[in-house]
Parts: sequence; structure tokens; C-alpha cells
Amino acid sequence: MFYIHCPYCGEHREEEEFHPKGEAHIARPADPENCSDDEWGDYLFFRDNPRGIHHELWVHAVGCRKFFNITRHTVTYEILETYKMGEQPTYTAEHPEGRPSAEADQASLREGVRA
Amino acid sequence: MSQLNRLAQGGRIDRSRQLSFTFNGKTYQGHAGDTLASALLANGVDIVNRSFKYSRPRGIFAAGAEEPNALVQLGATEAGQVPNVRATQQALYDGLTARSTNGWPNVQRDLMGLVGKLGGGFMPPGFYYKTFMAPASMWMTYEKYIRKGAGLGRSPMESDPDIYDHMHQHCDVLVVGAGPAGLAAALAAARSGARVIVADEQEEMGGTLLDSRELLDDKPADQWVAETVEALSGMDNVTLLPRTTANGYHDHNFVTLHERRTEHLADTAPLKDGLRQVRSRLHRVRAGRVVLATGAHERPLVYGNNDVPGNMLAGAVSTYVRRYGVVPGNKLVLSVSNDHAYRAALDWVEAGREVVAIADARANPDGELVEQARAKGIRIIAGSAVVEAKGDSRVSAARIAKVDLQGFRVVGGSETLSCDTIASSGGYSPVIHLASHTGSRPTWNEELLGFVPNTVKGVAAAGGARGVYATGAVLADGVEAGLDAAAEAGFSAASVSLPQVAERRDGAAVALYQVPHEKATLRAPKQFVDLQNDVTAAGIEVATREGFESIEHVKRYTAMGFGTDQGKLGNINGMAIAARVLGRSIPEVGTTVFRPNYTPVTFGSIVGRHCGELFEPERYTAMHQWHVEQGAAFEDVGQWKRPWYFPRKVNGKVETMHEAVARECLAVREKVGILDASTLGKIDIQGPDAREFLGRVYTNKWAKLAPGRVRYGLMCKDDGMVFDDGTTSCLGDNHFLMTTSTGGAATVLEWLEIWHQTEWPELDVYFNSVTDHWATMTITGPEARKLMEEVTTEVDLDKDSFKFMDWKEGKVAGVPARIFRISFTGELAYEINVQANYALHVWETLFAHGDKYGLTPYGTETMHVLRAEKGFIIAGQDTDGSVTPEDLGMHWAIGYDKPFSWIGKRALTRPDTSRENRKQMVGLKPKDPKVVLEEGAQIVLDPNHAIPMPMEGHVTSSYYSPTLESGFALAVVKGGHKKMGETVYLPMVDGQVHEAEIVSPIFLDPKGERQNV
Amino acid sequence: MSNVATFDTHTEAKIPVESPLTYSYRRSGAPAPTAKSRVVMREKAFLGHLVLRGGAVVLDGAVRAVLGISLPGEPQGLVLDDEGQRSIQWISPDEWLVIVPGGEEFELENRLRAALGDAHFAISNVSGGQTLVELEGEAAREVLMKSVVYDVHPSHFPVGKGVTTIFAKTTVVLRRPSEERWELVVRRSFADYTYRWLLDAGEEYAIGVER
Repeated sequence: MFYIHCPYCGEHREEEEFHPKGEAHIARPADPENCSDDEWGDYLFFRDNPRGIHHELWVHAVGCRKFFNITRHTVTYEILETYKMGEQPTYTAEHPEGRPSAEADQASLREGVRA
Repeated sequence: MSQLNRLAQGGRIDRSRQLSFTFNGKTYQGHAGDTLASALLANGVDIVNRSFKYSRPRGIFAAGAEEPNALVQLGATEAGQVPNVRATQQALYDGLTARSTNGWPNVQRDLMGLVGKLGGGFMPPGFYYKTFMAPASMWMTYEKYIRKGAGLGRSPMESDPDIYDHMHQHCDVLVVGAGPAGLAAALAAARSGARVIVADEQEEMGGTLLDSRELLDDKPADQWVAETVEALSGMDNVTLLPRTTANGYHDHNFVTLHERRTEHLADTAPLKDGLRQVRSRLHRVRAGRVVLATGAHERPLVYGNNDVPGNMLAGAVSTYVRRYGVVPGNKLVLSVSNDHAYRAALDWVEAGREVVAIADARANPDGELVEQARAKGIRIIAGSAVVEAKGDSRVSAARIAKVDLQGFRVVGGSETLSCDTIASSGGYSPVIHLASHTGSRPTWNEELLGFVPNTVKGVAAAGGARGVYATGAVLADGVEAGLDAAAEAGFSAASVSLPQVAERRDGAAVALYQVPHEKATLRAPKQFVDLQNDVTAAGIEVATREGFESIEHVKRYTAMGFGTDQGKLGNINGMAIAARVLGRSIPEVGTTVFRPNYTPVTFGSIVGRHCGELFEPERYTAMHQWHVEQGAAFEDVGQWKRPWYFPRKVNGKVETMHEAVARECLAVREKVGILDASTLGKIDIQGPDAREFLGRVYTNKWAKLAPGRVRYGLMCKDDGMVFDDGTTSCLGDNHFLMTTSTGGAATVLEWLEIWHQTEWPELDVYFNSVTDHWATMTITGPEARKLMEEVTTEVDLDKDSFKFMDWKEGKVAGVPARIFRISFTGELAYEINVQANYALHVWETLFAHGDKYGLTPYGTETMHVLRAEKGFIIAGQDTDGSVTPEDLGMHWAIGYDKPFSWIGKRALTRPDTSRENRKQMVGLKPKDPKVVLEEGAQIVLDPNHAIPMPMEGHVTSSYYSPTLESGFALAVVKGGHKKMGETVYLPMVDGQVHEAEIVSPIFLDPKGERQNV
Repeated sequence: MSNVATFDTHTEAKIPVESPLTYSYRRSGAPAPTAKSRVVMREKAFLGHLVLRGGAVVLDGAVRAVLGISLPGEPQGLVLDDEGQRSIQWISPDEWLVIVPGGEEFELENRLRAALGDAHFAISNVSGGQTLVELEGEAAREVLMKSVVYDVHPSHFPVGKGVTTIFAKTTVVLRRPSEERWELVVRRSFADYTYRWLLDAGEEYAIGVER
């Protein structure tokens, strides 16, 4: 049973209040009609299953009903951070200890929803 | 006094309160403060059980949660039966009734003992499978008797009269265990201001201090316990939970605590102030920080016949003497590898009984306790150990020999000493079970000769749980852990003064697990490692020889550490034996993993109050009372209770479902029916981009739907598969009311939100659920308008001004209502939405006027028949996540030329979704009109084809239609749209083969004229 | 926002009205409070419930102008008017729950709409879809601990707080308008389950129902 910090409610809440919605940062191709079948198939069906740091989309279903992302370690189950839609993770497979803060701040400003 | 082993004084029992109890049908006396185990020992009961596999007599071995033998079936009544209770953890109460869990027909005279003997001196692991498997057909017969003989406790055959519940707890610091480390930690954390919960599994808090020989501030240790517990209980920020086991440690410091609230009082929970009490409670604790002060378990030595009653743990002897005033025998032999265990001999002697000898595996034992024993004239045989116990139903002697620990052999001759009790100690194992539940692996500490926990974030072990054993050090360790935990939780550390404890000089311990025997392990008398699962040293040797080298494999092959035991006494000894046989070190053999639950938790506690009528929420509509009064049969749709059909009494006989549904169907087709449709999901959609949004989530077009109009819509996932459908009404240019299927309400709302929040946040639109606000009733049938005209005001119901797929506002029965001309039956229909608080009044008013028109309430079954006659799908019944709108023949509902590539569109041109032989929806007309095809039945083209037949499709919906006077079905068939008129076959399990014709799925009024009248 | 169809679902007509708990009273009864009762439950039925959606900045001015109380901008905030008759609660960064005396909701909606003009917002009337159940008494908190996963300790759940959370196997909006009282906003279709759960969980505290 996870204890999840909802970035919108600003506090930790019990896992029962949330629904997991799969891998985060899966953007719908902007122009589906011009995707190849392979590209569309990739978007629909293929997901990562890493050992270690993983970004997941969750929704605070019994709460504020907002979607947000979680960076979770799939071995220890530790949740390293939660962040709002449109923001970028600080902890990544490339930066397991966290990205330098300036870079992280810029990233969250620079990049858009689901980018 | 018949309690022959009860001391005249001492112990923490209340001698003024005598309690009577029954064990295996015999009545005994004990005292308040006893456990069932201490009372049995006081009464000289040696055999308390038969062992699981060999059916050997077993006695009480330990004094706490680690007890492997004394598992009892508790309960005076059938309903009150509780299996697998450890007698060492069960407080005595007046009238307590218990039986041995194993032993058939009884523990004294056990038939299964024969099985053990027939199997020869040694039943290897896998014995039952190897011996009783052939012939295979006989296993069922064997098993019945083996099970009966082995006995695993039994569940009650009557329902439990008690109540149980759950409680959600939150704290800054959870302290597990209230021994010296736990109490010190709790005090430190609490004084720092943290919210603290202290859970301790025993009847009294205090742990080892309750039977300690040591003085704290020159006072008996239990006095410090009493003062500390009193101080803690006086603090607002502290919750003390005695009789509460932390049984599972889950992610992110979520710990389940099993509190036994009345189990020490009576068989079933007694009334308190005339009110029912909760028998046991599961606390679901979310803790900021956790301090594991779970102490250590003493390890027994593994020697021949170490399971005969009278063999015990050394520490258990001290506990029984000092805490319960019970000496469990007359003549003691002690076999030890360390100083601490000498307490048993001192306590025994001070109780006035004889210590025959202490066999100490060390060459030169010289610690302080050793000197005390010497001073009392106790014989100490250095460099030796008990190699074998003698006796059958009770120890009669101990055979002691000099042992060469390095060479693992007996040196020289042996000496047999008459005694009735053998206590052993091979050192101590920190109780790391809870730390293990988090997934962290412990580390072997060669100095401590035990595994110490590696804790994860937010958890710390203190005291014995991490191998700190000296009382003064334990207290200091506890304080430090408590202060750290509080500080990590954001509190500033308070100062806590510790009592002075005289430091004891202990000699070094040696590593001794299995005691060598003159004979090889396989031929020596059985040396038990896991008493509960009957795993012997020989069994582990065999397992390793048969190739099970990893300790995890050894465990599974031998069952060591299985079940309710969870390896409390045996695991380390077992690993040491495997390591010896394999010529490796203990850490090389592996680490040991423990799983929840630490000790068993009753089903009642796990279930809490989620049972009976509260097992699952039942959702009711505003008209539920009326349905109940009319005798409706109900159907579960999600959590909703929906009327299924309304059986009537005709000529004194209640209609069958078939009769009721036929009557209801005809009433709608010929007169007028009414359905409670309140359960449909309803989503209020507002915003300038609402229309654009609808165009993206529905397959069809929404750009031109005018206010006042309603449209049917189909929703797909992005893989092109239909997942819900419903009607959406345009209330205003920027305002829509969407309906969803009953089961899809929450899913669809979340679906809209995920697209809005994660893909199209730029669209200005809001979604709110208004499902419960509106009660919905469908009035449908040729007479619907006439009835509506009687009860409706402020609306023109004329067919030309209020057309099919229009909606209007008005009043029904004086109540503001929105009325929608939509039809799921194919008949003229009005769907009325009123605020739910007025709904019953509206419903009843309709009935007051409806009699003359034959107004008939109908349920979901009739609704299903009527819609299927029209070929209307039900998402989730006729679709299963693999059906596209094209498969359904709903090309008319697909807006291929909409500007935005709506959800599902792209996928419809993938090779798999556009191939011709996909399963497509068709109607099926059985050749025999009396036949109602089975839903789910497979469809084949050639019933004479060899098995396996190629399966061409299956039936999704099937009913009897009283209008068509025939069975009919909806089905999906490969390439079905081009197979109209063809014959298919449906072979059934009973050998019958039904024949059906593929037809259009619209069986009635194909032009849709009836709904337009 | 324009082009929205408003509709007064409330009527003053003299007709029978049933609160979401009406069926429950008939089915399960309503034990009257006694001297032993350490917790008392009462339904505050037929109130006006509005869901207010929009940006905090946009809504705040209108709410202040129309209701005379400010919009709680912080998560979990609950604000009541001086009489304690009208309240507004933070549900989500763009969602608030407004509860007012029954019959006021339609006029309030219209006034808010007028004040908000062309801004992007939404108001949905849900008065028929939920009811308010009050718990009061020294054991109220323990009853809640048996029912909700959220931490209801006073240090964590002070007066003026409200959350949406899990209640047994359903959901609830739980709020604390005053020291003595807890309020549960319950969905109509789950009201009977919630009522029976509370009676059961309150049994050991001799729960009573005020009607």
C-alpha cells in the first residue's frame, strides 16, 4: 500500500484513493493520420517495463480527480517524486540521484504537457 | 492444590483468582495472569499435541510467539472455534476450552504414530508423495486419513457471533514491541512530541524485563516497566496497544496490527455496559517512522530426540519460573553455548528444584552467571553438550558427551544423566521478520552469530532486534532509536534519563547449532530443526544431497519454516546444517526471508465489518422502496440493485421469470411500460469547447447538434474498439448532458478527464457527474403519450412539436422535469429526469394515472429483450473490447470526415481492424422457434467437422421474444455481414446441435417507425 | 458563461419529498440517542448543493460578491458564513463545493453566473444527488477512524478542513465545520450503505440518530 503525495492536494494520501493509469509521458501522435501502422501500434501497445526508475501516470480518483506523474523505483517501490501534468521528472534513469536543479526547473518550464 | 508444578509464591499471576479450564476434555485449574501454556505446565500436562508428520508426542517448548508445538483448537462452542492458537499466547480465562490441534483419536494414544513407525526410522522429505501416490486413484482415500491424522486445525461450521473491525491509524512513530528497547524508544519519541503508537503482542508490556534477574536503578526491572507504562499511558500523544501483534509490514511504512481485544476474557466477546464489543481489530497504521523493537528469539540446539516433551528453550524455563511461578519439571539438565542461558539454572535452583548438570559447549566458561551457578554448587560439564534425550512421552534422561565443534564429532564416551527436563540454548536470533517483509535482506553477523536486519528508509531496529542484548545497552539503543525517529519526523529531541543497570560480564558464546552424534546424521535419533513442520537435520541433509542447495529450495523441499511457524526457531539451525553439509558458510547458503503474517490472524479480523450486509455497497435509486414493495427480483449491475423483473401473482401462483418478462414485453409493445433508468451515468458538460470535445471522444458528428436535440453516440478507445455508448443532449450551445451505460459511468468520466487533462488541456470544458442528482424514468409504449398528457404540464407533447430525439423542459406531476424523446425499446418513449428527492412522488403519480393504460413496470430483463429485438447493443455484453463500430454494422455512426482525428479513428485502418473476416454482429434466428440459444455458445459452419471444429463466432445476447413468438439472438460471426441467410450450427455440451439462420440484427420494425409516432 | 441551460429542479409545491436516507430509516430504523450514546448522527437533508468549476482567481471575486465569503484557495479549505448556513469547500484546484439552505441554490447559481459573465467556468446543481450527514460526540472520531482512510486526528484535521476520501468501500466528502461536529457529504445512491455502516461501526458507542 503506497503512500502517495498528490501534487495538487499538497499532501500524502493512501493508495486506495488513486488509480494507476500506466506509463507516463506517452504522447498521442499529433497527426495520427500520417502515422505509419507501426508508429500507431507503438503508441497503442508498447510500454517500457524497466527494473529501476519508472515514470507512471496516476489519478487521484477519490480526491481531486487530477492526473499526475510518479517517479517510482520498481524494485524498492520507493516513490522518488510526484509531479504535475506538464512538468518533467527530476529523477530519471539517466539521473537516478536527481537532475541538477536549474536544469530541472528549466525543463519543467520549457516542456509541455506529456512531452 | 493440584497444580503440582506451581510455586507457592512468585510470578506475576493473581493467586487470589482461580480459573477453571478444559484441555482435551479434562478440567484443570489455573490463575488469572496465566497463559494456557503456563497453566498446563503448572498442572503437569506433558503432551499437548502430536507432531504434524511423524505424529510424535510434543510438549510445550517455548513461552511466546515462537512456540512450535502447543497449537490448540480453541472454543467451547462450535461457532467459537479458533484453530492454531498458540497456548503460549493465549491468556487463561474461566471456562476456556481447548483441544490439541493434532492427534487422532487423541494425543495420548495416537494411531498416526503408527504411520511414523511404519515408515521406518526415517520418513524422508516427500515421504507422503513417494509412498502414497501409487496407485494414483487411491490418493484421495489416503489423503482423507492422512489429513485427519495430521490435523491442521479446523474452521467452525457455524457463523461467528462476534464482531470485528478495522481502524485506520496514523502516527509519527510506531514502536513495535514494548520490551526495554521499545519502551525506551516510545518514551523518547513521545517526550519529543511525536504521535506514538506502541504495539506489543503480549498480555503485558515489558518483554524480557518481566522475567529479568537484573535491577534497574536498584529496583526490580518490572517496577521500571510499570512506571514507564504509566507515564506513557498518561500522555495524549501516545496510544498503547497491548495484545497487539504487528503481523505485516507493507510498502511505505504501512503496518497492520492485530489487536485481540476480548480474547483474554472469554470465548466470545462479553458485553460491556450492555453493549457489544469488538472481539479483535485490525489497525491499519500509516507510520511516519517505525522502530522495530521486536527482540530476539532463543535458538534451541539440535540434538537427538530434542522433541520429546520435557525439552525446552532455556529462556522459556526462566519465563515460566519468574513470570508465572511455574517450574516445568523436577530435574533439569541444561545444554548451552552461551552465558545468558545460565539464568535458567539459577531460576530453577532458586525455585527449589534440582539442576542435574549444565553441559556447556565452551571449553572454559567463565562469565559472571557461570560463576554464580558454580557458587550454587551446580555441576558444569565444559566442552560438552546433550547429544540425545531419552524418554518417550517425557524426558527421562539426557546423554551428554564431549563435542569437538570444529570437527563436528563426539569425542570420547558419554554420560547419561537422569532428568525430566532438558533446556537448551544455542544463542539468539534477532526477530527480523517485519524488516524482512519490506523486502530487505538481512546480513549475517559472525560476531553475534545471527542475522541482523537491513532496514529500509523510515525504519530502524533497536535492541535485541539488531543484536544488542545487554539490558543497559538495549535501553540506550531504544532511546536513541526513539529520538532519531522523532527527529526524522520533524520533532526536536527531548532528554530522557535512563535507569542505571549494572553491567554484567558475559563470556563469549560459541557457534553451535546441530550437536554432533556418534552416528551419522541420517542414522542418529531424529534431530529436529523445525518442530512444527517436522523437519529434521537428516531431512535437510537429504535435501542438499538431492541437489537442493539454495536455502530457498531446501525450504520448499522440506517445508522448513512454512506455515504459521515462519521459521522462528528453526531457520538459522537449518541454514547452519545446510552450510555444514555443503561446506559453505551460513551467508553463502543464502539469507532467509520471512513473510507476513508473523503469527496467524483470524479471518474475522481480516474481514472486519466488510461482511454480511456490509460486504459490498448496494446502490439504490430513489424508487427502490417502491420496487421492494412490489416484490421485484433484483439484478446486480455494478453495485446497483436494479429491478430485474416484477413477478405478479396470477391465480395464486407467482409468475416465473419467463412469464413475467413475456408479460412485461407485451405490455410495452402493446400498451405502456415504465423502467427505472436512474442508474444510467449522467455527465454535465459545460464550456465553449464542449462540442469540440464531444467530436473527439465520440465516433460520430456533434458539430451541428442544435440545442433541444439529442444524439446517440459511440465511444471507442484509441485502438478502435467500442467501449461505451449512450445519448448526449445539447442543452445549450456550450452545454451538454451525456449519458453512459450504468456500469460505465465512473469509467467514462475518468476517460473524459484523462483526455482533457493530459492531451487537450487547451480545450475549455468541465465535466461533472450528475448521476445521483437526477432520477430517470422511461415511459414507453404506444400509450405513452396519453399517459404523459395526463401528468405533464408546461410542455407540448404533440408529435410534431416534440419529435423523436428532442428534449424539453416542463413539469411532471408538478415537479420540474427534463423530458427526452429517446427510445431504447423501439417504441414511442419519454425519458423523464427529475431531481431525485421528488422521484418517488412522480413515479407514484404516473401509476395513479397509468392503470387505465395498462402501465406496467418492467425490469432489466425485459429491457434487454426489447432492445435486442431492435438490434441495440449493450456495451460490455455485445462488445468485449475487440469489436469495432464497423464490426457492429454501425457505419452510420462513424464520422470519417470529421476534421479532428477522433479517438479510435486511426486504428480503424490498421490491417487487423480493416480485414474482411472479422467477427461481425448479426442476428441469429433458431430454426426451431422454441429454442433459446445459450449466450456464449460457439458457432460452427459444419457440425460434422472433426474436433476441434473451426469456431466462426459466438452468441452475445439471446432471449425469447413473445412478440416474435420465437427465440432470437445477437451474435458475432466471422465475415457475418456478408453471410445473411446462411445456416450456422451451435453444438452444445449435451450433444445437441442447434441450427440457426444468420439474419439482420434488427428483428422488429426495421424502419424505426414505431418510435417516431 | 452564456449558452448554458439553467434549470430550477427545486419546487415549493406541496408534494412528498424523500431525502436519500428516507428509505434507510424505514429499512434499518433510527435508534434514538440515549444517555449512553457517545456519538449521534443526523441528516441535514434537502440542502442546496452546487459544484463550482473554474480558476480560483476567476471565481473568488464572484463568490465574495454573491456569497459574502471568500473562496478557500488552499487545498482542503472549508469556509463557512457567519451563521454557519452556507459553506464553500475546496475539492480540487478548479473545483469547489457550495452548500446552502435548500431552495437558495438556483438563485445563487444565477447570481454567480451573472457575476462571472463570459469567464470560463461551470456550475452544476447536484442537490438531489447528495446529502449531508453529521456526526457529533466524543466517539465521533473513533467511528470515523473505523470508516475513512484519512487521518482525522485533530492535529491533522483541524476545524476548517475538508477532504474527499475513501469511506469503507465507497467515497465521502468529509469536513469539519466546528470543534464538535463532523460532516459527511454522501452520494444519494450510497447513502443507505453509509448509514448502515455508521450504525454498525457506532454500535459499541451506542450511536443514536436524531431525526
